[in-house]
Amino acid sequence: MPRTSFYVLVGVLLAVGLAMTLHRHLVMEVPLLPGEEREVWEVEAVVTFQAQGDPVKASLAIPASPPGFRLLTESTASTGYGLNYLDEEGGRRAQWTKRRATGTQQLYYAAQFLVAPGDPPPPPIPPRPPRTVVWESPLGAAAKEVLDQARQRSADPLSLARELASRLADPGDDENVQLLAKRFDAPDLLVRLLHQAGISARTVEGLRLRDSRRRQSTETWVTVHDAEAGRLLINPRDGSTGRPEDLLLWGTGHAPLLEVEGGKDSRVLYSMIQRSIPASSAMQDQLREESLLDFSIHSLPLGEQALFKNILLIPVGALMVVLLRILVGIQTSGTFMPVLIALAFMQTTLTTGLIAFVLIVGTGLLIRNYLSRLNLLLVARVSAVIITVILIISLYSLLAYRLGVNQGLVITFFPTIILSWTIERMSILWEEEGAWEVLIQGSGSLLTAVLAYLAMSEPLVRHLSFNFLGVQLILMAVVLLLGSYTGYRLSELHRFRHLGEERG
Amino acid sequence: MLVRPRRLLARGVIGMNRRNVHYVGRYNDRRLYPLVDDKLRTKLLAREHGVTTPELIGVVRSQFEVKQVADRVAGRSGFAVKPAKGSGGKGLLVIDRQEDGRYLKPSGAEVTRKDLQRHLSNILSGLYSLGGAPDAAVIEELIRFDHGFADFTYEGVPDIRVIVFRGYPVMAMMRLPTAASDGKANLHQGAVGVGLDLTDGRALRGVQFGRPRTDHPDTGRGLDDLKVPYWETLLNLAAGCYEFTGLGFLGTDLVLDRHHGPMLLELNARPGLAIQVANGQGLRGPLDLVEGLPEGRPVHERVAFSRERLGHAPVPAPERRAGAPEAVPG
Repeated sequence: MPRTSFYVLVGVLLAVGLAMTLHRHLVMEVPLLPGEEREVWEVEAVVTFQAQGDPVKASLAIPASPPGFRLLTESTASTGYGLNYLDEEGGRRAQWTKRRATGTQQLYYAAQFLVAPGDPPPPPIPPRPPRTVVWESPLGAAAKEVLDQARQRSADPLSLARELASRLADPGDDENVQLLAKRFDAPDLLVRLLHQAGISARTVEGLRLRDSRRRQSTETWVTVHDAEAGRLLINPRDGSTGRPEDLLLWGTGHAPLLEVEGGKDSRVLYSMIQRSIPASSAMQDQLREESLLDFSIHSLPLGEQALFKNILLIPVGALMVVLLRILVGIQTSGTFMPVLIALAFMQTTLTTGLIAFVLIVGTGLLIRNYLSRLNLLLVARVSAVIITVILIISLYSLLAYRLGVNQGLVITFFPTIILSWTIERMSILWEEEGAWEVLIQGSGSLLTAVLAYLAMSEPLVRHLSFNFLGVQLILMAVVLLLGSYTGYRLSELHRFRHLGEERG
Repeated sequence: MLVRPRRLLARGVIGMNRRNVHYVGRYNDRRLYPLVDDKLRTKLLAREHGVTTPELIGVVRSQFEVKQVADRVAGRSGFAVKPAKGSGGKGLLVIDRQEDGRYLKPSGAEVTRKDLQRHLSNILSGLYSLGGAPDAAVIEELIRFDHGFADFTYEGVPDIRVIVFRGYPVMAMMRLPTAASDGKANLHQGAVGVGLDLTDGRALRGVQFGRPRTDHPDTGRGLDDLKVPYWETLLNLAAGCYEFTGLGFLGTDLVLDRHHGPMLLELNARPGLAIQVANGQGLRGPLDLVEGLPEGRPVHERVAFSRERLGHAPVPAPERRAGAPEAVPG
C-alpha cells in the first residue's frame, strides 16, 4: 500500500534529520540555541586583476588587530602563487608572487574576527608628520579661507578636524568648500586641509559589516592624530566622528589597500557573513581539519555561505505558506509569491518593505489600468508593466534619496518580474471579480509574506537553519505530512458554519 | 463565527483538503485533465459519444481570424464567446441579439465590433486561461433556457451542477443567476444555489452567500416550486460523462435548452464544495456509499441506484426515453 511507503519515507526523513542535528550538536558541539554565544564575522577578500604575462606581485593590506575586533584565524587560497605575510612599518600585508601569469587572476584572503568591544585598543601606529601641501592657484586661497573660518570656531586640533569635516559634509552655500569639493574626494580634501593646518592625518579603509553581503567595497575614513589629545576617526561623508560598532578597519592607511605589479584592472571585493560560535570555543578557535562527516555549510567559500544563509531560510517561508493555505485556507495571489516578498523584506526591514510594496503595487495598478485601455496583446502588456515597475522603483528611489531617506534605495531588492505579474493578476482580478477580491487576495498575500518574514528573521530559526542541515530534512517531513492532511481548514469552519447550526 | 469541526464531521461535510487528497488526487488521473480543461476538446468528445452540447458556430485560433468573426456570426440571433481553456466562467461573453451590426448583451448593454474583437484577442493571448497559456476562442449557439425557469433567474442562464463520482450522480444543485451576481451563475459572486433532490429534481433548499434563502431575490418566486424537468435524462447525461472522460470525481454543468432539452455545458475536474451548502448536507455519506460499489455497471443502472439510495422522495415512474422535447413543460 502506498500509504505505508509514504509514512516510511516521512519517518526516514525525520530520523535522518534528527540524527544529523544531534550529531552536530553532540559531536561538533554546535549549540541548539543561539544564546550564550559570541559573535564572529567571517570576511573574505577577493582580489581580481588581469595579468599581462609578466611576473606578478600583488600585495593587500590586511588587518592585524583592528579596534573592537580580535583576529581569530586567517587563510588564503591562490593556486600557483607564493605567499608571504609581511609586517611592515605601515601595517601587515599579504603578498602573492608568481613568475608568469596571464588572464584573469583571483586571489583569496579570508579571516575570522571575533567581536570584542572590551579588548584594549591596539597600540597606536606612529603618526607621520603632515606633508607640505601645494594647491593650484585659485584653490590655495579657498583652502586658506576655509581653514581660517574653521580655526576660529575650534579650540584644538581635534575640534578643528571635526569642524572641517562637518563643513565639508554639508557645504551649504560656502563657495570655497564647493570649489574645493569639485577637485578632490571628500577624504582626500579633509586630509589635505588638515595637513595644511599642520595636523597629522591620513585616510584609512574600513569595511561595513553587514550579514550575508557579497561583493562589497570598503569605505574611506580619515584618522586624525594629535600628540596630546589622541586620535579621532572621522566619516568624511557625513562629518560624524568615532568608530561605529559595525566598522572593521581594514588597512592602516600608510600604504595603499591593494598594490598589483604586472597586472591591470585590479580591485578587491569583500564577502562577509555573521556567525555565532559557542562562548567556550571562541577563545581557542583554530582551523580544525574538517572531516568528511561534517556536512556543514561552513566548509563552503564565504561568498557561497552568504548566499546559502538566505537560501536555507526559503523552506521556512515555504512551510509558512503551506501552513496558512492548508490549515488556515488563506488566499494568496500566486502560491509562493509571498515567500519572495518576505525575502525582499529581509533586505529592506519590515516597515520600509511594506510601504515600498504597497506604493509600487498601488502605482502599478493605476498605470496598468490605463494600459488596459490601449488594447494590447498580453505579452506586450506584461512587458510594459515590467518596464513601468522598473521606472516606479527608480523614481521612488531617486525621490527618497533627494528627501534624504536612504531607505528608499532598498526598494530595489524587490523582484521586478514577480511584482509585475502580481500587478497584472491583481488588475485582471479587479476587472473580473471587483476590488473586494483584490483586497482579500492582496492582504492575504501580504499577511502571508509578513508571517513568513517573521519566521525567517527569528534568530533561533536563522541559527538552526544555517547551522544544522538536518533541519531541512525535518522541514521536508513536516511539509509532506501536511500535504496529506485531509481535515478542515480554519476558513471552512466559517464557510460551512450554517451547515453545522442546523439539526442533524 | 466558526463551527466546531466535530459538527461538520458529523454532517459528513468534506473540506478542500480532503477533496484534493482523497478524491481529486486519487480518482482523477492528471493525464485526463486536458479533456476537461479544454472546452473545445470536451465538446468534440461529447459529440462523438452522443452527448448533446450547444451547437458550435466556430473556433478562433489566430489573430488573423479575429477580423472575420463578424461574418461567422452573421445571421445568428445570439451567441456566446468563451475561452477554450478558461475556468470559473472567466472570459465568457454572451451576445443576446444583433441589431444592424451592433451586438447586445442580455442586459441590453451594447458591445461594438471593436469590443468583440478585443475580447477575442484577449482570449487568444491567454488572458483567461490557466497559467496564461495561449488559447483558442470558442463561439457557440446561445442557450435559450427553458421557459419554466423564467421566474428563477435574472438575465443569465441557470445551470445544473451534478457531482458524478465513479459514474454515479452523488449530489445536484441548480445555480440561479441574480442581479447581485451580475447574471452569472457563480455562487461566490451571489448567485442562488438550490439543492436538488436526486430522485426527482425537486428543490430541497436554497442559499445565497452561504445563508438559507426561500425565494429568488430579484423575482420573488418561491424556490419550493422549482422542479427540473427531464430529470432522468439529465442524470443519464451527467453520469455518461464518466465513460468518455474517465475522470472518477467530476463536476458536470448542464443546462435545459427550450428547443434541445438537457445539454452538457462543461466539465470540471476539481468541482467546488459549495454544493454541500446548497444541499444542506455533506458529500461524505454519498461518496462513501459509492466508493464501495463495483465497477462496470451501465449508466441507467447507476442513475437508478443514485435516485433510489441518495434521493429523498420515492422514485417516480420512468420518463419516456430521452429525446428532444417537443413541447415546453409547464
